[in-house]
Amino acid sequence: MSPLMIDRRKLFTRALAFGAVSTLPGCNFDHPNHPDIADQVLSAMSRWNDEAQGLLFDRHTLAPTFPASAITRPARFNAFYDISQAPQVNPATWQLALTGRVGNKTPLTLANLRAMKQQSQITRFVCVEGWRVVGQWSGVPLGLLLKSINADLNARYVSFHCADGYFTSIDMASALQPQTIFALDFNGAPLTAPFGAPVRLRIPTKLGYKNPKSIVALNVTNSFPGGYWENQGYNWFGGS
Amino acid sequence: MTQRPPSRVIHPWPLRLMHWLNAIAIIILIGSGWEIYNASPFLPFSFPPLVTIGGWLGAAIAWHLAAIWLLMLNGLCYLTWGIASGHFRRKFFPLSPRAVIQEVIQALKLHLSHQTGVYNAVQRLLYLGVIILGILAVLSGLAVWKPVQLWFLSDLFGGFFISRVVHFLVMTGIVLFLAVHLILVALVPKVLPPMITGGRLPESATPSTPMAE
Ligand code: HEM
Repeated sequence: MSPLMIDRRKLFTRALAFGAVSTLPGCNFDHPNHPDIADQVLSAMSRWNDEAQGLLFDRHTLAPTFPASAITRPARFNAFYDISQAPQVNPATWQLALTGRVGNKTPLTLANLRAMKQQSQITRFVCVEGWRVVGQWSGVPLGLLLKSINADLNARYVSFHCADGYFTSIDMASALQPQTIFALDFNGAPLTAPFGAPVRLRIPTKLGYKNPKSIVALNVTNSFPGGYWENQGYNWFGGS
Repeated sequence: MTQRPPSRVIHPWPLRLMHWLNAIAIIILIGSGWEIYNASPFLPFSFPPLVTIGGWLGAAIAWHLAAIWLLMLNGLCYLTWGIASGHFRRKFFPLSPRAVIQEVIQALKLHLSHQTGVYNAVQRLLYLGVIILGILAVLSGLAVWKPVQLWFLSDLFGGFFISRVVHFLVMTGIVLFLAVHLILVALVPKVLPPMITGGRLPESATPSTPMAE
């Protein structure tokens, strides 16, 4: 196990801090270099909570939807860096790399995604910090996208890598929940850089940090992929 | 259930074990809960870091969601044991409003009636109250944690934000209970050792009968 080499207290002010990231989720609750007994108990309990949430999760339970009047304006930006540092991705050259247990690995373009069936939703985005906003997103249901690339739907995880270095992963059951979408539009217009242009994951059954922005790669896998925040101690399942 | 002669121990061991496990769980939950609140306060204050547990949001959530299992399992054992053994019936009832009022007045004059092995009316009310608060804390906490999967709980409390407020108010109630609880123990310190060792009822006392008024 390679310990996480960053001081988490400085983390919130640091833009990109990707040194050596631990493969064991949540081993640095106290001091990253010396995971003690409390860290180990907390990690074990967090994994147990992942299991419990997996059991509790029902693919047919829908997240609540809201009327257009409930949409939060102005929209709230949130990331581990300042809004001015949001990655600028050229939509014309953007491609989605497909790796892992997928049959068709030809990268997808924005035109490919726009040509697929779109779904629109007005749902609540709940942050792990406790605040929430309502927004409208539309895009391609992830289940549809996975089927179109011949992904192994019995695999355990789908993971995402982003243009800003962020990464996260979700369980397959949540990936196939009908409201989980690869969003292209936000509040009626194409996504802008701070909100994840050109493509973000919108998954209203999970907390904000499970909604990665500016996705550049998708991987279907059976080995635990972890995530940027999850590897620092946030609960992996992060369901709501 | 067969009636055995009442034990002469003031607090039987299951009660003591569950009481202290509960105290550990509650303290972790309150401290880590304050840290979680600080990540997005909805009142114009934050809790000083000195009294919070975790140091940062991720760790606080990990503590909170670990301790909740201890609270829930231990609480279920306590409720089952308390009902099945007749402990609640014997120790918390009868409970008359008049006795409570009289004793509160007495207590304010610093006359605390305490007969070994018998809870006075104020204690009975406090203990029943905190048990209800504990149940509400778990339910409102589940509503905050799982507003989608447990949507019916979330709706019951009036949605995500109101669930958060209810959860906070329940915490406040438990903290107030704890303050009064600790003050009462400090005023009548002889009740503390039996909660640790079990203690013995004096030979003269009739165990488990309500206090004569
Ligand atoms: C951490 C410090 C604590 C101390 C020193 C303490 C001490 C005591 C003592 C001495 C008694 C017995 C009272 C008597 O015999 O008259 C008692 C009973 C009780 N305490 Fe605590 N306590 C603590 C924390 C808590 C907490 C955090 C809770 C719950 C939120 C709690 C709930 C109760 C209840 C419900 C009883 C009655 C138990 C029964 O008979 O079923 N206590 N406590």
